[in-house]
Amino acid sequence: MSRPLRGGTFFQTMKIEKEQNTVNQPEGSYWELFSCFFKIGLFTFGGGWAMISIIEREIVDKHHWIERDDFLDLLAIAQSLPGILAVNIATAVGDKIKGGKGSMISAAGTILPSFLIILFIAIFLTPDMIKNNRVISSIFMGIRPAVVALIIAPVITSAKAAKLKWKTVWIPFIVALLISLDMGTVSNPILYIVLGGLGGFLMWWLPSRKRKSNQ
Amino acid sequence: MTIYWKLIWAYIKIGIFGFGGGYAMLSLVEKSVVGPGWISETMFTDIVAISQMTPGPIGINSATYIGYVAPGSVNPELTGIGWGIMGSLLATLAVVIPSFILVLYSSHFIRRHSESGAIKAIFSGLRPVVVGLIASAAIMLMNAANFNPNGISWQLWTNIVICAIAFCLVYFKFPWRGKKINIHPIMVIVMAGIAGYLIYGL
Repeated sequence: MSRPLRGGTFFQTMKIEKEQNTVNQPEGSYWELFSCFFKIGLFTFGGGWAMISIIEREIVDKHHWIERDDFLDLLAIAQSLPGILAVNIATAVGDKIKGGKGSMISAAGTILPSFLIILFIAIFLTPDMIKNNRVISSIFMGIRPAVVALIIAPVITSAKAAKLKWKTVWIPFIVALLISLDMGTVSNPILYIVLGGLGGFLMWWLPSRKRKSNQ
Repeated sequence: MTIYWKLIWAYIKIGIFGFGGGYAMLSLVEKSVVGPGWISETMFTDIVAISQMTPGPIGINSATYIGYVAPGSVNPELTGIGWGIMGSLLATLAVVIPSFILVLYSSHFIRRHSESGAIKAIFSGLRPVVVGLIASAAIMLMNAANFNPNGISWQLWTNIVICAIAFCLVYFKFPWRGKKINIHPIMVIVMAGIAGYLIYGL
């Protein structure tokens, strides 16, 4: 690291924030952001993880609003906080692109499609009309396995973006295995987020401490 | 009116204590809405089924639906579209706002310190973990409910083929009029839905 800056002075952080804002601000209007996340909300079936593929395509590849490795960091934030994952992801991404207002707009865009559809069902239909509808259930029998594929694809793209080295390549395997065993505390994702953050911190802190004591 | 306050409070709690998103939250939702008798157990199962058949996060779907139904089922005077929509709106906002504030606050904090070595180090440790988290989500969704809901083996194989084709379409680039193009994930979902209708619906 060229700048061993811990915390930094008030003015330094102000400057950094300003720089980042100017880097992130210009592209895209609020309307573009909203319609982007409305689309994402409309086609997200099966929870927050399923939206990753669509976000990668829309936000990272098409609009270039965010780098892929930055997106991974945002996913870490979204997953480690409570609440609805899809909304957390939208909030974090919207904030990164357009600040506080952007986060509100992207969260609203993600929520609105399902809110309107469920409201429509609650007002005009009964649950049985949906549940026992042959056409809808057959469509969803096709969509569900495809959604799984939409989550497998970002495993590979994110593994590339994470720049895994021989030292770290085992981590995703162990984490995926232990979480999918579904064994209470051992399978709690928060545990691995804490361990990962702690591990990264120690790998940086211990060597720098040693260097200091040698001087 | 008290039902609205109770509704807001219940969904704020779900928003704060619901870790892991989606189905991990369901038992918490069930306890907080079936327990006080706002909706019946069967209705809750119906809502889960509808959530699986509509887009969007299950947390939002349940908040919207239960917010609509609960006022009328507790107090018959509050039946009607207006009262229902008010409940929907309040419950949905209540489940979203706590985590919205938390995410906003933490990402601002992190951005303010994004040049610090400690934050950089923490995120470099987190990235491999996030890859593992996505992989675990994929593994856990490879279950009977998604691939073989009726327990029929030709359907299982068909669904595996749908999954494999969908993966190839999203992941690989295809030549199209001299250019290499990626097929949009939304397009893949639409095609899978059509395939599902043609295979299982006719």
